[in-house]
Amino acid sequence: MSSRVPDQPTCREIVELVTDYLEERLSLDARTRLEQHLVYCDWCRVYLEQIRQTIRVAGSVSEESFSPQRQEELVRLFRDWKGKK
Amino acid sequence: MREVTSAGSHPGELELVAALRRRDESAFLALVRRFHSSMVRVARVFVNSDAVADEVVQEAWLAVLEGIGAFEGRASLRSWMFSIVANRARSRALREARSEPFSSFEDPEGEPTVDPARFNPPDHPRWPGHWCSPPERWADEQLLLKETVELTKRAIDTLPSAQRQVIVLRDVEGCSSEEVCEALAVSDGNQRVLLHRARAKVRAMLEPHLRRNA
Repeated sequence: MSSRVPDQPTCREIVELVTDYLEERLSLDARTRLEQHLVYCDWCRVYLEQIRQTIRVAGSVSEESFSPQRQEELVRLFRDWKGKK
Repeated sequence: MREVTSAGSHPGELELVAALRRRDESAFLALVRRFHSSMVRVARVFVNSDAVADEVVQEAWLAVLEGIGAFEGRASLRSWMFSIVANRARSRALREARSEPFSSFEDPEGEPTVDPARFNPPDHPRWPGHWCSPPERWADEQLLLKETVELTKRAIDTLPSAQRQVIVLRDVEGCSSEEVCEALAVSDGNQRVLLHRARAKVRAMLEPHLRRNA
């Protein structure tokens, strides 16, 4: 059996390309090679999925709501500004 | 007063801007409800206390009111407001000499974002550079757990500041790359490098906790 084709990217290279891939900033050629790699490499597919999962969980980092007191302060700020001019 | 164009704006935004220019209090409150928490989070990536972040955001709101007449709508309202917060928070942090100066492109570029020990060495006879310690699939249910979200928050807090700024704006607040470049005054390329390093580190910090049956 032949070993890997020399110009195919390695997994170690692929993991450094995932952001450019997700941001759609890879050249057509680089994107094609990355996608070909993903076809046969389960582990890099898992890695890519984990980056997507990381993005998703970051998006659910809490929406702290703010206190009524803070809202009152801001309303005061607004009324001062409105009264000034 | 400048004409507001619709480029880059979100639905309802132009109406809010117009109403705020008429000094309509309900428009101001709508903006506060929509943006205040996000503004505090943005400020918080520059300064390191909640109290200072609150002060900065208070100042920023005044700047928004003072500046709304000059808002042109070329950038989205959100990125315009975030850039006001970011600029104020940044100078406040510098004044208090608390933030690292913009040497915050801390880790040298080109350094691997995944531990090299997880890949076969370059002289591996069969699979050089391929995983020898591959990642294990994460269960989606685990991602929804409160602990996971808390852990993610803590992981983001440990990032070098420039990376933290970018990931908070992009992935926590959901800004576009254009909005982030605008708000932080960084180039698109830098923004992407910072985002890449930030996401990879947060992933790595989540990994030991999310392995199946861990």
